Amino acid sequence: MTDAILTANFRKQFPGGPEIVAEDLRIGGGITVLFGASGSGKTTVLRCLAGLEIPNAGEIKFGNEVWFQKIENILLPPQQRNIGFVPQDYALFPHLTVAGNVGYGLNELPAAERVARVAESLRWLGLDGLEHRLPRELSGGQQQRVALARAVVRRPKLLLLDEPLAALDTPTRLRLRGELRQLLRQLGIPTILVTHDRFEALALGDDVVVLHDGHNVQQGAVPEVFSRPVNLAVAEITAVETILSGHILETRDGLVTVAVGDARLTALAADLPAGACEVCVCIRAEDVILMRADTVQSSPRNRLAATVRSLAREGPLVRVSLDCGFPLTALLTQSACEELRLHEGASMVALVKAPQVHLIPFAR
Amino acid sequence: MSGAEWQLVGFSLRMALASLLLILPVGLALAWWLARKNWRGKALVETLISLPLVLPPVVTGLVLLQLFGRRGPVGSWLHSTFNCDVVFTWRAVVIALAAMSLPLFVRAARTAFEEVDVKFEQLARTLGAGEWRVFFTITLPLARRGVLAGTLLAFARALGEFGATIMVAGNIPGRTTTLPVAIYQAVENGEDAHAWTLAGVSAVIAFAAVFISEKLLRRHK
Repeated sequence: MTDAILTANFRKQFPGGPEIVAEDLRIGGGITVLFGASGSGKTTVLRCLAGLEIPNAGEIKFGNEVWFQKIENILLPPQQRNIGFVPQDYALFPHLTVAGNVGYGLNELPAAERVARVAESLRWLGLDGLEHRLPRELSGGQQQRVALARAVVRRPKLLLLDEPLAALDTPTRLRLRGELRQLLRQLGIPTILVTHDRFEALALGDDVVVLHDGHNVQQGAVPEVFSRPVNLAVAEITAVETILSGHILETRDGLVTVAVGDARLTALAADLPAGACEVCVCIRAEDVILMRADTVQSSPRNRLAATVRSLAREGPLVRVSLDCGFPLTALLTQSACEELRLHEGASMVALVKAPQVHLIPFAR
Repeated sequence: MSGAEWQLVGFSLRMALASLLLILPVGLALAWWLARKNWRGKALVETLISLPLVLPPVVTGLVLLQLFGRRGPVGSWLHSTFNCDVVFTWRAVVIALAAMSLPLFVRAARTAFEEVDVKFEQLARTLGAGEWRVFFTITLPLARRGVLAGTLLAFARALGEFGATIMVAGNIPGRTTTLPVAIYQAVENGEDAHAWTLAGVSAVIAFAAVFISEKLLRRHK
Protein backbone atom coordinates (compact mmCIF):
# COMPACT_ATOMS: atom_id res chain seq x y z
CA MET A 1 0.00 0.00 0.00
CA THR A 2 1.25 3.49 -0.84
CA ASP A 3 1.34 6.13 1.87
CA ALA A 4 -2.08 6.81 3.27
CA ILE A 5 -3.70 10.04 2.03
CA LEU A 6 -6.90 9.47 3.96
CA THR A 7 -7.10 8.09 7.45
CA ALA A 8 -10.29 7.46 9.33
CA ASN A 9 -11.44 6.10 12.62
CA PHE A 10 -15.16 6.39 13.16
CA ARG A 11 -18.37 4.80 14.27
CA LYS A 12 -21.76 5.24 12.65
CA GLN A 13 -25.04 3.85 13.86
CA PHE A 14 -28.45 4.56 12.39
CA PRO A 15 -31.30 4.43 14.90
CA GLY A 16 -32.17 0.77 15.31
CA GLY A 17 -29.49 -0.30 12.82
CA PRO A 18 -26.22 -2.16 13.25
CA GLU A 19 -23.09 -0.29 14.25
CA ILE A 20 -20.63 0.41 11.44
CA VAL A 21 -17.05 0.78 12.63
CA ALA A 22 -14.14 1.96 10.50
CA GLU A 23 -11.09 1.34 12.59
CA ASP A 24 -7.71 2.69 11.52
CA LEU A 25 -8.88 2.92 7.93
CA ARG A 26 -5.97 3.94 5.70
CA ILE A 27 -6.57 4.79 2.08
CA GLY A 28 -3.64 5.05 -0.34
CA GLY A 29 -3.27 7.12 -3.48
CA GLY A 30 -4.32 4.45 -5.96
CA ILE A 31 -7.62 2.63 -6.34
CA THR A 32 -8.87 1.24 -3.07
CA VAL A 33 -11.72 -1.24 -3.08
CA LEU A 34 -14.12 -1.33 -0.14
CA PHE A 35 -15.11 -4.94 -0.38
CA GLY A 36 -17.72 -6.92 1.50
CA ALA A 37 -21.05 -8.67 1.31
CA SER A 38 -24.23 -6.62 1.11
CA GLY A 39 -25.09 -5.27 4.54
CA SER A 40 -21.47 -5.17 5.62
CA GLY A 41 -21.51 -1.38 5.82
CA LYS A 42 -19.49 -0.48 2.71
CA THR A 43 -21.89 2.16 1.45
CA THR A 44 -22.24 3.73 4.91
CA VAL A 45 -18.46 4.05 5.18
CA LEU A 46 -18.30 5.63 1.71
CA ARG A 47 -21.11 8.07 2.51
CA CYS A 48 -19.41 9.07 5.75
CA LEU A 49 -16.24 9.81 3.77
CA ALA A 50 -18.31 11.88 1.31
CA GLY A 51 -19.85 13.86 4.15
CA LEU A 52 -23.36 12.68 3.31
CA GLU A 53 -23.64 10.85 6.61
CA ILE A 54 -22.29 12.13 9.89
CA PRO A 55 -20.51 9.55 12.06
CA ASN A 56 -21.53 9.32 15.71
CA ALA A 57 -17.92 9.47 16.84
CA GLY A 58 -14.35 9.49 15.58
CA GLU A 59 -12.46 11.40 12.94
CA ILE A 60 -11.70 11.54 9.24
CA LYS A 61 -8.59 13.21 7.89
CA PHE A 62 -7.59 13.82 4.31
CA GLY A 63 -3.93 14.74 4.08
CA ASN A 64 -3.64 17.42 6.75
CA GLU A 65 -7.27 18.54 6.35
CA VAL A 66 -9.63 17.47 9.10
CA TRP A 67 -12.94 16.49 7.50
CA PHE A 68 -14.60 15.29 10.64
CA GLN A 69 -13.68 15.28 14.28
CA LYS A 70 -16.33 14.61 16.87
CA ILE A 71 -14.36 15.88 19.84
CA GLU A 72 -13.49 19.23 18.24
CA ASN A 73 -16.95 19.43 16.66
CA ILE A 74 -15.44 19.77 13.19
CA LEU A 75 -17.59 18.79 10.23
CA LEU A 76 -16.56 19.77 6.74
CA PRO A 77 -19.71 19.67 4.56
CA PRO A 78 -19.56 17.71 1.28
CA GLN A 79 -19.40 21.02 -0.62
CA GLN A 80 -15.97 21.73 0.82
CA ARG A 81 -14.41 18.28 0.57
CA ASN A 82 -13.66 18.59 -3.14
CA ILE A 83 -14.68 15.04 -3.92
CA GLY A 84 -16.29 13.33 -6.88
CA PHE A 85 -19.11 11.03 -5.86
CA VAL A 86 -20.84 8.43 -8.04
CA PRO A 87 -23.69 6.66 -6.25
CA GLN A 88 -24.84 3.20 -7.21
CA ASP A 89 -27.80 4.41 -9.30
CA TYR A 90 -25.75 7.40 -10.59
CA ALA A 91 -28.43 9.93 -9.50
CA LEU A 92 -28.17 11.84 -12.77
CA PHE A 93 -30.33 14.95 -12.50
CA PRO A 94 -33.38 13.89 -14.52
CA HIS A 95 -34.33 17.44 -15.54
CA LEU A 96 -30.91 18.36 -16.91
CA THR A 97 -29.26 17.31 -20.15
CA VAL A 98 -25.98 15.42 -20.27
CA ALA A 99 -24.13 18.73 -20.64
CA GLY A 100 -26.17 20.23 -17.80
CA ASN A 101 -25.37 17.30 -15.55
CA VAL A 102 -21.66 17.25 -16.31
CA GLY A 103 -21.33 21.03 -16.07
CA TYR A 104 -23.37 21.35 -12.86
CA GLY A 105 -20.35 21.56 -10.59
CA LEU A 106 -18.53 24.08 -12.80
CA ASN A 107 -20.97 26.96 -12.29
CA GLU A 108 -18.28 29.23 -10.91
CA LEU A 109 -16.21 29.06 -14.09
CA PRO A 110 -16.75 31.50 -16.97
CA ALA A 111 -19.25 30.06 -19.46
CA ALA A 112 -16.67 29.52 -22.20
CA GLU A 113 -14.34 27.58 -19.96
CA ARG A 114 -17.23 25.56 -18.58
CA VAL A 115 -18.32 24.55 -22.06
CA ALA A 116 -14.76 23.60 -22.97
CA ARG A 117 -14.27 21.49 -19.84
CA VAL A 118 -17.58 19.68 -20.34
CA ALA A 119 -16.77 18.97 -23.99
CA GLU A 120 -13.31 17.74 -23.06
CA SER A 121 -14.59 15.27 -20.48
CA LEU A 122 -17.39 14.05 -22.75
CA ARG A 123 -14.89 13.44 -25.52
CA TRP A 124 -12.60 11.62 -23.14
CA LEU A 125 -15.41 9.27 -22.15
CA GLY A 126 -16.68 8.79 -25.69
CA LEU A 127 -19.91 10.65 -25.02
CA ASP A 128 -19.61 13.43 -27.61
CA GLY A 129 -22.81 14.01 -29.52
CA LEU A 130 -24.94 13.18 -26.48
CA GLU A 131 -24.71 16.68 -24.91
CA HIS A 132 -28.38 17.47 -25.37
CA ARG A 133 -29.84 14.13 -24.35
CA LEU A 134 -31.71 13.70 -21.09
CA PRO A 135 -30.53 10.95 -18.74
CA ARG A 136 -33.57 8.77 -19.47
CA GLU A 137 -32.59 8.73 -23.14
CA LEU A 138 -29.24 7.07 -22.40
CA SER A 139 -28.23 3.43 -22.02
CA GLY A 140 -27.02 2.16 -18.67
CA GLY A 141 -23.40 2.25 -19.75
CA GLN A 142 -23.74 5.80 -21.04
CA GLN A 143 -25.41 6.89 -17.80
CA GLN A 144 -22.53 5.43 -15.85
CA ARG A 145 -20.02 7.37 -17.91
CA VAL A 146 -22.01 10.61 -17.60
CA ALA A 147 -22.02 10.13 -13.82
CA LEU A 148 -18.26 9.58 -13.92
CA ALA A 149 -17.75 12.62 -16.14
CA ARG A 150 -19.83 14.78 -13.77
CA ALA A 151 -17.76 13.57 -10.82
CA VAL A 152 -14.32 14.06 -12.39
CA VAL A 153 -14.85 17.23 -14.42
CA ARG A 154 -14.22 19.30 -11.29
CA ARG A 155 -10.86 17.56 -10.87
CA PRO A 156 -11.60 16.36 -7.35
CA LYS A 157 -8.95 15.30 -4.85
CA LEU A 158 -10.75 12.04 -4.17
CA LEU A 159 -13.16 9.97 -6.20
CA LEU A 160 -15.81 7.88 -4.45
CA LEU A 161 -17.64 5.23 -6.48
CA ASP A 162 -20.44 3.13 -5.01
CA GLU A 163 -20.86 -0.16 -6.93
CA PRO A 164 -20.15 1.64 -10.22
CA LEU A 165 -21.01 -1.40 -12.32
CA ALA A 166 -23.82 -3.00 -10.32
CA ALA A 167 -26.66 -1.26 -12.14
CA LEU A 168 -25.56 -2.65 -15.52
CA ASP A 169 -26.51 -5.86 -17.29
CA THR A 170 -23.88 -8.61 -17.26
CA PRO A 171 -22.31 -8.20 -20.75
CA THR A 172 -22.05 -4.42 -20.30
CA ARG A 173 -20.63 -4.87 -16.83
CA LEU A 174 -17.87 -7.18 -18.04
CA ARG A 175 -16.99 -4.83 -20.88
CA LEU A 176 -16.95 -1.74 -18.68
CA ARG A 177 -14.94 -3.40 -15.92
CA GLY A 178 -11.77 -3.28 -17.99
CA GLU A 179 -12.65 0.11 -19.41
CA LEU A 180 -13.25 1.60 -15.96
CA ARG A 181 -9.89 0.45 -14.70
CA GLN A 182 -8.19 2.12 -17.65
CA LEU A 183 -10.14 5.34 -17.14
CA LEU A 184 -9.32 5.46 -13.45
CA ARG A 185 -5.66 4.80 -14.23
CA GLN A 186 -5.57 7.65 -16.75
CA LEU A 187 -7.19 10.00 -14.24
CA GLY A 188 -4.72 9.28 -11.51
CA ILE A 189 -7.15 10.59 -8.90
CA PRO A 190 -7.13 8.61 -5.64
CA THR A 191 -10.24 6.50 -5.81
CA ILE A 192 -12.33 4.55 -3.33
CA LEU A 193 -14.64 2.05 -4.94
CA VAL A 194 -17.31 -0.03 -3.21
CA THR A 195 -18.08 -3.49 -4.52
CA HIS A 196 -19.43 -6.84 -3.36
CA ASP A 197 -18.07 -8.61 -6.44
CA ARG A 198 -14.68 -10.19 -5.83
CA PHE A 199 -13.82 -10.24 -9.53
CA GLU A 200 -14.49 -6.53 -9.67
CA ALA A 201 -12.30 -6.08 -6.61
CA LEU A 202 -9.51 -8.10 -8.21
CA ALA A 203 -9.84 -6.34 -11.55
CA LEU A 204 -10.14 -2.77 -10.32
CA GLY A 205 -8.32 -2.46 -7.04
CA ASP A 206 -4.76 -1.74 -6.05
CA ASP A 207 -5.63 -1.98 -2.40
CA VAL A 208 -8.60 -3.53 -0.72
CA VAL A 209 -10.37 -2.97 2.57
CA VAL A 210 -12.53 -5.94 3.55
CA LEU A 211 -15.65 -5.16 5.54
CA HIS A 212 -17.51 -7.78 7.49
CA ASP A 213 -20.47 -7.23 9.81
CA GLY A 214 -19.84 -3.50 9.90
CA HIS A 215 -16.13 -3.73 10.66
CA ASN A 216 -13.13 -3.34 8.43
CA VAL A 217 -11.40 -6.63 9.13
CA GLN A 218 -8.45 -6.51 6.76
CA GLN A 219 -6.74 -4.01 4.49
CA GLY A 220 -3.77 -4.21 2.19
CA ALA A 221 -2.73 -4.77 -1.40
CA VAL A 222 -5.35 -6.76 -3.34
CA PRO A 223 -3.24 -9.87 -4.06
CA GLU A 224 -2.03 -9.91 -0.49
CA VAL A 225 -5.52 -9.81 1.05
CA PHE A 226 -7.07 -12.20 -1.44
CA SER A 227 -4.38 -14.81 -1.05
CA ARG A 228 -3.79 -14.27 2.64
CA PRO A 229 -7.08 -13.64 4.38
CA VAL A 230 -6.48 -12.96 8.08
CA ASN A 231 -9.46 -14.92 9.29
CA LEU A 232 -12.23 -17.21 8.25
CA ALA A 233 -14.69 -14.41 7.67
CA VAL A 234 -12.36 -12.72 5.18
CA ALA A 235 -11.64 -16.06 3.51
CA GLU A 236 -15.36 -16.62 3.10
CA ILE A 237 -16.09 -13.19 1.62
CA THR A 238 -13.09 -13.25 -0.64
CA ALA A 239 -14.65 -16.58 -1.66
CA VAL A 240 -11.67 -18.84 -1.35
CA GLU A 241 -13.14 -22.04 -2.76
CA THR A 242 -11.50 -24.56 -0.49
CA ILE A 243 -11.60 -23.97 3.24
CA LEU A 244 -10.66 -26.96 5.36
CA SER A 245 -9.83 -27.52 8.96
CA GLY A 246 -6.40 -28.92 9.60
CA HIS A 247 -4.04 -29.84 12.34
CA ILE A 248 -0.38 -28.79 12.50
CA LEU A 249 1.94 -31.77 12.62
CA GLU A 250 5.36 -30.14 12.52
CA THR A 251 7.16 -26.91 11.76
CA ARG A 252 10.65 -27.07 10.31
CA ASP A 253 12.86 -24.84 8.14
CA GLY A 254 10.06 -22.35 7.71
CA LEU A 255 7.68 -24.98 6.42
CA VAL A 256 4.64 -26.39 8.15
CA THR A 257 3.16 -29.79 7.65
CA VAL A 258 -0.58 -29.86 8.14
CA ALA A 259 -2.80 -32.88 8.36
CA VAL A 260 -6.10 -32.55 6.57
CA GLY A 261 -7.94 -35.80 7.05
CA ASP A 262 -5.47 -38.43 5.91
CA ALA A 263 -3.66 -36.08 3.56
CA ARG A 264 -0.57 -34.02 4.35
CA LEU A 265 -0.06 -30.52 3.05
CA THR A 266 3.01 -28.33 3.17
CA ALA A 267 2.66 -24.62 3.75
CA LEU A 268 4.90 -21.70 4.74
CA ALA A 269 5.22 -21.04 8.43
CA ALA A 270 5.89 -17.35 7.87
CA ASP A 271 2.75 -15.75 9.18
CA LEU A 272 1.57 -18.48 11.49
CA PRO A 273 1.86 -17.54 15.14
CA ALA A 274 3.96 -19.85 17.25
CA GLY A 275 2.01 -22.44 19.14
CA ALA A 276 -0.87 -22.55 16.67
CA CYS A 277 -2.23 -26.02 16.46
CA GLU A 278 -5.65 -26.10 14.83
CA VAL A 279 -5.78 -24.13 11.60
CA CYS A 280 -8.01 -23.28 8.72
CA VAL A 281 -6.50 -24.26 5.39
CA CYS A 282 -7.43 -22.02 2.45
CA ILE A 283 -6.67 -22.87 -1.15
CA ARG A 284 -7.90 -20.79 -4.07
CA ALA A 285 -9.23 -22.73 -7.04
CA GLU A 286 -6.97 -20.76 -9.43
CA ASP A 287 -3.93 -22.04 -7.57
CA VAL A 288 -4.69 -25.74 -8.03
CA ILE A 289 -2.83 -27.34 -10.94
CA LEU A 290 -4.12 -30.60 -12.36
CA MET A 291 -1.97 -33.20 -14.11
CA ARG A 292 -2.59 -36.66 -15.39
CA ALA A 293 -1.78 -39.34 -12.81
CA ASP A 294 0.93 -40.85 -15.04
CA THR A 295 2.96 -37.62 -15.33
CA VAL A 296 6.25 -37.81 -13.52
CA GLN A 297 6.69 -34.79 -11.35
CA SER A 298 9.10 -34.01 -8.57
CA SER A 299 9.11 -30.59 -7.02
CA PRO A 300 8.49 -29.28 -3.54
CA ARG A 301 4.81 -29.07 -4.23
CA ASN A 302 1.92 -30.63 -2.53
CA ARG A 303 1.16 -33.60 -4.70
CA LEU A 304 -2.25 -35.09 -4.09
CA ALA A 305 -3.96 -38.05 -5.68
CA ALA A 306 -7.34 -36.75 -6.76
CA THR A 307 -10.49 -38.17 -8.26
CA VAL A 308 -12.69 -35.90 -10.37
CA ARG A 309 -16.13 -35.69 -8.76
CA SER A 310 -17.84 -33.21 -11.06
CA LEU A 311 -17.22 -30.58 -13.73
CA ALA A 312 -19.17 -27.35 -13.98
CA ARG A 313 -18.76 -24.82 -16.77
CA GLU A 314 -18.47 -21.18 -15.76
CA GLY A 315 -18.09 -19.12 -18.89
CA PRO A 316 -14.65 -19.81 -20.35
CA LEU A 317 -13.63 -21.69 -17.22
CA VAL A 318 -14.49 -25.06 -15.75
CA ARG A 319 -14.88 -25.57 -12.03
CA VAL A 320 -13.56 -29.01 -11.15
CA SER A 321 -14.59 -30.61 -7.88
CA LEU A 322 -11.99 -33.09 -6.69
CA ASP A 323 -11.74 -35.64 -3.96
CA CYS A 324 -8.23 -35.84 -2.47
CA GLY A 325 -9.34 -37.38 0.78
CA PHE A 326 -10.85 -33.95 1.32
CA PRO A 327 -12.86 -31.84 -1.13
CA LEU A 328 -10.75 -29.53 -3.30
CA THR A 329 -11.88 -27.18 -6.05
CA ALA A 330 -9.81 -26.31 -9.11
CA LEU A 331 -10.53 -23.74 -11.84
CA LEU A 332 -9.29 -24.61 -15.33
CA THR A 333 -9.79 -23.32 -18.83
CA GLN A 334 -11.91 -25.36 -21.25
CA SER A 335 -8.89 -26.22 -23.37
CA ALA A 336 -6.91 -27.43 -20.37
CA CYS A 337 -9.80 -29.73 -19.47
CA GLU A 338 -9.82 -31.14 -22.98
CA GLU A 339 -6.06 -31.66 -23.02
CA LEU A 340 -6.26 -33.51 -19.73
CA ARG A 341 -9.28 -35.45 -20.98
CA LEU A 342 -11.04 -34.72 -17.74
CA HIS A 343 -14.22 -36.61 -16.99
CA GLU A 344 -16.06 -37.59 -13.89
CA GLY A 345 -14.28 -40.39 -12.07
CA ALA A 346 -10.89 -39.70 -13.71
CA SER A 347 -7.84 -40.13 -11.51
CA MET A 348 -5.55 -37.12 -11.54
CA VAL A 349 -2.80 -35.49 -9.56
CA ALA A 350 -3.50 -32.11 -7.99
CA LEU A 351 -0.55 -29.83 -7.31
CA VAL A 352 -0.54 -26.83 -4.98
CA LYS A 353 2.58 -24.80 -4.24
CA ALA A 354 3.36 -24.43 -0.57
CA PRO A 355 3.05 -20.59 -0.55
CA GLN A 356 -0.46 -20.95 -1.95
CA VAL A 357 -1.64 -23.06 0.94
CA HIS A 358 -2.72 -20.37 3.32
CA LEU A 359 -3.16 -21.14 6.98
CA ILE A 360 -5.37 -19.18 9.37
CA PRO A 361 -5.08 -20.07 13.02
CA PHE A 362 -8.43 -20.77 14.63
CA ALA A 363 -9.44 -17.92 16.82
CA ARG A 364 -9.73 -19.03 20.41
CA MET B 1 -71.75 40.93 -18.83
CA SER B 2 -71.79 44.57 -17.85
CA GLY B 3 -68.76 46.80 -17.40
CA ALA B 4 -69.24 46.75 -13.62
CA GLU B 5 -69.29 42.96 -13.67
CA TRP B 6 -66.04 42.83 -15.68
CA GLN B 7 -64.51 45.27 -13.26
CA LEU B 8 -65.54 43.05 -10.35
CA VAL B 9 -64.04 39.95 -11.98
CA GLY B 10 -60.84 41.86 -12.75
CA PHE B 11 -60.57 43.08 -9.16
CA SER B 12 -61.11 39.56 -7.76
CA LEU B 13 -58.47 38.11 -10.08
CA ARG B 14 -55.99 40.84 -9.10
CA MET B 15 -56.62 40.21 -5.40
CA ALA B 16 -56.16 36.46 -5.84
CA LEU B 17 -52.91 37.00 -7.76
CA ALA B 18 -51.63 39.43 -5.13
CA SER B 19 -52.36 36.88 -2.41
CA LEU B 20 -50.37 34.32 -4.42
CA LEU B 21 -47.37 36.67 -4.49
CA LEU B 22 -47.67 36.87 -0.72
CA ILE B 23 -47.92 33.12 -0.08
CA LEU B 24 -45.36 31.91 -2.63
CA PRO B 25 -42.17 32.85 -0.74
CA VAL B 26 -43.66 32.13 2.70
CA GLY B 27 -45.33 28.91 1.53
CA LEU B 28 -42.27 27.57 -0.30
CA ALA B 29 -40.08 28.19 2.74
CA LEU B 30 -42.60 26.57 5.09
CA ALA B 31 -43.15 23.59 2.78
CA TRP B 32 -39.40 23.05 2.48
CA TRP B 33 -38.89 23.25 6.22
CA LEU B 34 -41.70 20.78 6.82
CA ALA B 35 -40.52 18.38 4.11
CA ARG B 36 -36.80 18.41 4.79
CA LYS B 37 -36.16 19.26 8.41
CA ASN B 38 -37.13 17.97 11.80
CA TRP B 39 -37.42 20.51 14.54
CA ARG B 40 -39.07 20.99 17.87
CA GLY B 41 -42.57 22.32 17.53
CA LYS B 42 -42.91 21.09 13.94
CA ALA B 43 -46.22 19.39 14.72
CA LEU B 44 -47.54 22.59 16.25
CA VAL B 45 -46.62 24.67 13.19
CA GLU B 46 -48.14 22.02 10.92
CA THR B 47 -51.41 22.21 12.83
CA LEU B 48 -51.45 26.01 12.89
CA ILE B 49 -50.91 26.22 9.13
CA SER B 50 -53.68 23.75 8.43
CA LEU B 51 -56.12 25.29 10.88
CA PRO B 52 -57.78 27.67 8.36
CA LEU B 53 -58.80 24.58 6.36
CA VAL B 54 -61.11 23.34 9.11
CA LEU B 55 -61.88 26.44 11.13
CA PRO B 56 -65.00 28.37 10.07
CA PRO B 57 -63.61 31.04 7.71
CA VAL B 58 -65.32 33.77 9.71
CA VAL B 59 -63.24 32.70 12.73
CA THR B 60 -60.05 33.08 10.71
CA GLY B 61 -61.42 36.45 9.64
CA LEU B 62 -62.11 37.40 13.21
CA VAL B 63 -58.54 36.52 14.25
CA LEU B 64 -57.16 38.56 11.33
CA LEU B 65 -59.44 41.46 12.29
CA GLN B 66 -58.00 41.40 15.80
CA LEU B 67 -54.41 41.18 14.53
CA PHE B 68 -54.63 43.82 11.82
CA GLY B 69 -57.16 46.20 13.38
CA ARG B 70 -55.99 49.70 14.31
CA ARG B 71 -55.59 48.48 17.91
CA GLY B 72 -54.31 44.99 17.02
CA PRO B 73 -50.63 44.16 17.50
CA VAL B 74 -49.79 44.06 13.79
CA GLY B 75 -52.28 46.73 12.72
CA SER B 76 -51.11 49.32 15.23
CA TRP B 77 -47.49 48.74 14.28
CA LEU B 78 -48.26 49.09 10.56
CA HIS B 79 -50.23 52.26 11.26
CA SER B 80 -47.55 53.92 13.36
CA THR B 81 -44.61 52.81 11.18
CA PHE B 82 -45.97 53.08 7.64
CA ASN B 83 -49.17 55.01 8.26
CA CYS B 84 -50.80 52.11 6.52
CA ASP B 85 -54.26 50.84 7.39
CA VAL B 86 -55.28 47.32 6.56
CA VAL B 87 -58.78 46.44 7.65
CA PHE B 88 -61.61 47.32 5.25
CA THR B 89 -59.12 48.07 2.45
CA TRP B 90 -57.94 45.98 -0.49
CA ARG B 91 -54.91 44.99 1.62
CA ALA B 92 -57.22 43.18 4.02
CA VAL B 93 -58.69 41.28 1.05
CA VAL B 94 -55.22 40.12 0.02
CA ILE B 95 -54.33 39.07 3.58
CA ALA B 96 -57.61 37.20 4.06
CA LEU B 97 -57.20 35.35 0.76
CA ALA B 98 -53.57 34.53 1.56
CA ALA B 99 -54.38 33.16 5.01
CA MET B 100 -57.15 31.00 3.62
CA SER B 101 -55.23 29.57 0.66
CA LEU B 102 -51.81 29.17 2.31
CA PRO B 103 -52.64 25.74 3.82
CA LEU B 104 -53.59 24.31 0.44
CA PHE B 105 -50.41 25.59 -1.13
CA VAL B 106 -48.14 24.42 1.69
CA ARG B 107 -49.68 20.95 1.66
CA ALA B 108 -49.24 20.54 -2.09
CA ALA B 109 -45.71 21.96 -2.15
CA ARG B 110 -44.65 19.91 0.86
CA THR B 111 -45.81 16.69 -0.80
CA ALA B 112 -44.03 17.72 -3.98
CA PHE B 113 -40.77 18.36 -2.09
CA GLU B 114 -41.08 15.09 -0.20
CA GLU B 115 -41.36 13.26 -3.50
CA VAL B 116 -38.00 14.63 -4.66
CA ASP B 117 -35.39 12.00 -3.81
CA VAL B 118 -32.79 13.51 -1.49
CA LYS B 119 -30.09 11.65 -3.43
CA PHE B 120 -30.20 14.35 -6.11
CA GLU B 121 -29.75 17.09 -3.50
CA GLN B 122 -26.91 15.17 -1.86
CA LEU B 123 -25.19 14.69 -5.17
CA ALA B 124 -25.48 18.40 -5.94
CA ARG B 125 -23.80 19.11 -2.60
CA THR B 126 -20.87 16.84 -3.48
CA LEU B 127 -20.53 18.98 -6.62
CA GLY B 128 -20.04 22.05 -4.46
CA ALA B 129 -23.56 23.49 -4.59
CA GLY B 130 -24.70 25.45 -1.53
CA GLU B 131 -28.19 25.07 -0.05
CA TRP B 132 -29.77 27.92 -2.03
CA ARG B 133 -28.39 26.60 -5.28
CA VAL B 134 -29.53 23.07 -4.43
CA PHE B 135 -33.04 24.39 -3.78
CA PHE B 136 -33.36 26.51 -6.90
CA THR B 137 -31.59 24.19 -9.36
CA ILE B 138 -32.57 20.74 -8.05
CA THR B 139 -35.41 20.63 -5.50
CA LEU B 140 -37.71 23.25 -7.00
CA PRO B 141 -37.35 22.17 -10.66
CA LEU B 142 -37.95 18.52 -9.72
CA ALA B 143 -41.00 19.49 -7.63
CA ARG B 144 -42.30 22.01 -10.17
CA ARG B 145 -45.46 20.15 -11.17
CA GLY B 146 -46.62 19.68 -7.60
CA VAL B 147 -45.75 23.27 -6.72
CA LEU B 148 -47.58 24.59 -9.77
CA ALA B 149 -50.61 22.43 -9.02
CA GLY B 150 -50.60 23.77 -5.46
CA THR B 151 -50.38 27.34 -6.78
CA LEU B 152 -53.43 26.82 -8.98
CA LEU B 153 -55.40 25.25 -6.13
CA ALA B 154 -54.49 28.14 -3.86
CA PHE B 155 -55.53 30.58 -6.60
CA ALA B 156 -58.90 28.85 -7.04
CA ARG B 157 -59.41 28.80 -3.28
CA ALA B 158 -58.59 32.50 -3.05
CA LEU B 159 -61.14 33.37 -5.73
CA GLY B 160 -63.87 31.57 -3.80
CA GLU B 161 -63.06 32.98 -0.37
CA PHE B 162 -66.00 34.58 1.41
CA GLY B 163 -66.09 34.31 5.21
CA ALA B 164 -62.70 35.69 6.16
CA THR B 165 -62.86 38.40 3.48
CA ILE B 166 -66.15 39.81 4.67
CA MET B 167 -64.90 39.89 8.26
CA VAL B 168 -61.68 41.86 7.66
CA ALA B 169 -62.42 43.68 4.41
CA GLY B 170 -66.15 44.09 4.55
CA ASN B 171 -68.24 44.77 1.46
CA ILE B 172 -67.31 48.15 0.00
CA PRO B 173 -68.34 48.13 -3.69
CA GLY B 174 -65.41 48.90 -5.97
CA ARG B 175 -62.94 48.79 -3.08
CA THR B 176 -63.17 45.48 -1.23
CA THR B 177 -66.05 43.58 -2.79
CA THR B 178 -64.92 40.28 -4.35
CA LEU B 179 -66.90 37.85 -6.52
CA PRO B 180 -68.36 35.65 -3.75
CA VAL B 181 -69.31 38.67 -1.65
CA ALA B 182 -70.97 40.27 -4.68
CA ILE B 183 -72.90 37.06 -5.36
CA TYR B 184 -74.16 37.03 -1.79
CA GLN B 185 -75.12 40.69 -2.07
CA ALA B 186 -76.92 40.10 -5.38
CA VAL B 187 -79.01 37.31 -3.90
CA GLU B 188 -79.80 39.49 -0.89
CA ASN B 189 -81.00 42.22 -3.25
CA GLY B 190 -83.04 39.75 -5.31
CA GLU B 191 -80.89 40.28 -8.45
CA ASP B 192 -80.92 36.61 -9.42
CA ALA B 193 -79.68 37.08 -13.00
CA HIS B 194 -76.71 39.11 -11.79
CA ALA B 195 -75.92 36.47 -9.16
CA TRP B 196 -76.03 33.67 -11.74
CA THR B 197 -73.77 35.51 -14.16
CA LEU B 198 -71.14 35.96 -11.45
CA ALA B 199 -71.60 32.36 -10.29
CA GLY B 200 -70.98 31.19 -13.86
CA VAL B 201 -67.76 33.19 -14.10
CA SER B 202 -66.58 31.76 -10.74
CA ALA B 203 -67.38 28.24 -11.87
CA VAL B 204 -65.46 28.62 -15.16
CA ILE B 205 -62.32 29.97 -13.45
CA ALA B 206 -62.46 27.39 -10.65
CA PHE B 207 -63.03 24.57 -13.12
CA ALA B 208 -60.06 25.61 -15.25
CA ALA B 209 -57.73 25.94 -12.24
CA VAL B 210 -58.65 22.58 -10.70
CA PHE B 211 -58.64 20.85 -14.10
CA ILE B 212 -55.11 22.02 -14.94
CA SER B 213 -53.93 21.31 -11.41
CA GLU B 214 -55.25 17.73 -11.54
CA LYS B 215 -53.63 17.27 -14.92
CA LEU B 216 -50.27 18.43 -13.58
CA LEU B 217 -50.50 16.11 -10.59
CA ARG B 218 -51.44 13.13 -12.72
CA ARG B 219 -48.55 13.62 -15.13
CA HIS B 220 -46.33 13.99 -12.12
CA LYS B 221 -46.97 10.36 -11.15
